[in-house]
Amino acid sequence: MNRPLREIFFFAGAIGFALLWTAVSVRLPGPADLRDRYSLAILARTFPERNITDTVSAVNFDYRGFDTVGEEFILFASVLGSMVLLRQAEEKNAKPLPDAITPGRDVGPSDAMRLWILAMVGVKIAFGIYIVDHGQLSPGGGFQGGVILASAALIIYLGHNFDTFKRIMTHPLVEIAEAAGAAGFVIVGMIAWFWHQPFLTNTLPMGKSNEMTSGGTIPIISASVGIEVAGGFVLLLFAFLQETLTVEEEH
Amino acid sequence: MPWSNILTPAPIVLPLLVGAFLAGVGGYLPRRLLDGIALLTSAAVLVVSCMLVHASAHGTIVHWLGNWRPALLPQTGKFFPVGICLAIDPIGAGMSAMVGLLSMAAFAFSWLYFEQVRSLYHTLMLAFVAAMCGLCLTGDLFNLFVWFELMTAAAVGLCGYKSEESWPLLGALNFAVVNTVGAFLSLSGVALLYARTGSLNMAEVGRSLASHPPGSAFLLIVFLFVSAGFLVKMAVVPFQFWLADAHAVAPTPVCVLFSGVMVELGLYAVARVHWVVFAPSLGTAGEQAVRDVFLLMGTLGGVIGAVYCFSQRHLKRLLAFSTISHVGLMVMGFALLDPGALSGTAVYMVGHGMIKGSLFLGAGILLHRCGSVDEYDLRGQCGNLWLLGIILVIGAVGLAGMPPFATFYGQDLIHDAFARAHRESLSAVAVIAEALTAGAILRFSARVFLGWGERQEASSRGSPHVPMDSETAGQHDKTPFGMWLPAVLLLALASGVAVSGQFRQATDAASRHFQQSEKLAAVTLESMNDVPSPRTSPAPVQFHIETPVTLALALGIAALALFPRVLGERLNWVLGRGLIAAMRPLRRLQSGNVSDYVAWFAFGIAGYGGLLLWWHR
Amino acid sequence: MPGMNHLITYTGLGVAAWMFLVGLYGIVTSRHLVHLCLCLTVVQASTYVLLTVIGYRPGLPAPIFTDWVQAGSLAVDPVVQALMLTDVVVEATVVALLLAITVKIHKRTGSTDPAAINVMRG
Repeated sequence: MNRPLREIFFFAGAIGFALLWTAVSVRLPGPADLRDRYSLAILARTFPERNITDTVSAVNFDYRGFDTVGEEFILFASVLGSMVLLRQAEEKNAKPLPDAITPGRDVGPSDAMRLWILAMVGVKIAFGIYIVDHGQLSPGGGFQGGVILASAALIIYLGHNFDTFKRIMTHPLVEIAEAAGAAGFVIVGMIAWFWHQPFLTNTLPMGKSNEMTSGGTIPIISASVGIEVAGGFVLLLFAFLQETLTVEEEH
Repeated sequence: MPWSNILTPAPIVLPLLVGAFLAGVGGYLPRRLLDGIALLTSAAVLVVSCMLVHASAHGTIVHWLGNWRPALLPQTGKFFPVGICLAIDPIGAGMSAMVGLLSMAAFAFSWLYFEQVRSLYHTLMLAFVAAMCGLCLTGDLFNLFVWFELMTAAAVGLCGYKSEESWPLLGALNFAVVNTVGAFLSLSGVALLYARTGSLNMAEVGRSLASHPPGSAFLLIVFLFVSAGFLVKMAVVPFQFWLADAHAVAPTPVCVLFSGVMVELGLYAVARVHWVVFAPSLGTAGEQAVRDVFLLMGTLGGVIGAVYCFSQRHLKRLLAFSTISHVGLMVMGFALLDPGALSGTAVYMVGHGMIKGSLFLGAGILLHRCGSVDEYDLRGQCGNLWLLGIILVIGAVGLAGMPPFATFYGQDLIHDAFARAHRESLSAVAVIAEALTAGAILRFSARVFLGWGERQEASSRGSPHVPMDSETAGQHDKTPFGMWLPAVLLLALASGVAVSGQFRQATDAASRHFQQSEKLAAVTLESMNDVPSPRTSPAPVQFHIETPVTLALALGIAALALFPRVLGERLNWVLGRGLIAAMRPLRRLQSGNVSDYVAWFAFGIAGYGGLLLWWHR
Repeated sequence: MPGMNHLITYTGLGVAAWMFLVGLYGIVTSRHLVHLCLCLTVVQASTYVLLTVIGYRPGLPAPIFTDWVQAGSLAVDPVVQALMLTDVVVEATVVALLLAITVKIHKRTGSTDPAAINVMRG
């Protein structure tokens, strides 16, 4: 289809869609006695049942934990899928491009930058671990903290060059950590089977409120997810950087 | 019983765990062990699913994950589900068993010779399998969306597997974009349902909609929105363009899963959502509108898929369009909203999945031995592969709905339902669609294995010639055991499974049970014990004139395509020119351009929404 | 006030529909694959707006119990926020896959124009 025809079809569809959406919107929101049931039920039971104060994490990792298993594996499968798509046919033949340094003009990151990055890496990792571990007490959790941990890896690339990044990040531990994080969630869910409970039941001691050990399995699941997300994003970054920064022999 | 805790979520949990394990340590394991573990996991999924079929035949199994049973709300005094449940009925567990069976076939095909990238192939396939099982077994709307997205993510990685060429990347791109747009419209629909009813559990939403009805306009439009992602997945017209692109380039074991079960799961999800969530509150006018619109979808899909199918020269694309056509027929079966038609659709789904899987495996063997699946490149070249030719021909006969294949029994029930609903013209549509698709495969087989037919032909002029890279290593003058055995076994199963009355009886009882939403709501929410629908004696298989007519028409069309000169020079020339001219606008529509597909998506949603509202007045 | 609540809800629903359609328009008229992926992000972001507006309850705090919000008191809907978290992760991963495909297509064909790279016509 040529472009004008495509746009005509699209606009016809868009106008129709807008009309349908309006027809639906006028009957929202629903009757008040129905609408708030889920949120009231969760808000009432989170503290008494699980001793934790961040209800969103409770919903994510406990009440609707099965959704989060699926979500974690979506991340896992996407990272692996990107690695499959971006793999280089002959890695041995790949030569790294110089890191955008024009001889005589650019000199790469300055010494001050390198020192600052080195300091920031430690801060970022500490902050990331803090966010992961305190997900059940304040906004945070495995997903958010994992991304912060992965950004610590990214700034190593920014502050140094691709070779340094490659040396650190291709350690086999990164892949194993990612897989272990993904499997860890499922294994924690399987612990419940030993207590004759369904999958993903929170059977560990709930601890005291406002402490890191509150919530039973929630901090453990959160940590596992954090490792998986961090490992996954590092692998993703590495795959993208390798694809764009190395050049194959035949080109 | 502790075993029920382990076995009920096992079809989902086990492949995920094994997949993660293989991703971590698979690089250090020998190939045989990787293939073996993957094969065993699929076998476990199959076995556990069959056990679930047997157990749920005595009553729907409702399994609350995390032990979050429905809680008593102080405000209303009623029970409210705060967790996620698996609601397993025999049809869902049966689809899960199909997933296990076809993934066993896929892993057997890729045994040792399939070019793998460390263990990523196995992990992605296992994640794909787990997601499909999750879709079949879940009882929660958002959970449905999550498993649907996992299916898409794993499938995109598998589709673009051979990323050294640009065609797989294009196929994967079209797949990802169109399916994601559909999925997010589905999510919007689920969010709208949550805004209206305050719950995400399917049974609870159904009950709330029935107790506080929002009016049929709301119900019909939100039903369309929630189904949007699944309509894209099952390649309903006009959302079907991505399927051919994806199938043409995906590796063979992946295509087996795509056409054999992934596409059909879209229909299962729509059926489930319809009966559990919307049927209690849709009035007769609403049901009639749904019936009419889905019959239109099915008819369009059946005819358009068949026409495109006949005009292809690339076997995998041909089979992909044939899937679109057959799923159109299944949608027609569902659209009658009648228990007999539903049971016919279920039986047909089983038969079609097995036959299509075996045909794709045949295409894989052809690719392995001859390096191509193009009809004209291979013309007359593969005379020594007579077993493969027999597999393709038997598969074509099965797709045409001949006994003893399960497709025959399914078609039989569906034709009965058409007659009961006084829509005999739809039977004619089914005959034409099946004849064209079966005829296309017969024509392909005759040309490739027997060398019959012309060098170039009017109906395939202009269809894309997508060169295929070899996907397998090893000697190309032998077919490994693992490649032809699953193809033969799948065909044997397809011909044997529905012959005994037991299977059809069980499916019939399961379909009647599937449509009883109030019972499911009571079982889910009040933890009552479920009473299964009673099994009746099997309806006698009626002879429909459509069955032999379909086969005769298929043979006739194939023969005419191979030997057009029998019509005489003049008529042959006119017909050829006419066909080329008629196909030209259709080919331009199937453009390979993702922007076109998304424009059609918007147009299609608005169009079907408008029709639903118009026809329910 | 009930009026304020309705205003917020309807505005939010309108914005969600607008974002969905604008994102789709971007995909339909796109000439660069990276632009196409980001328009898909806009489509996905429309669901965030939809979910936020659905979860909003006027005058209530966030669902985190702290020293000044007693445990068990009323708050904004936490379930919708958990759904949104899942939604964001799904979106990020789908975009990652699509950008990987884009990078590879550019490497293989030297072009990123969707119209120039479609070869499977018919």
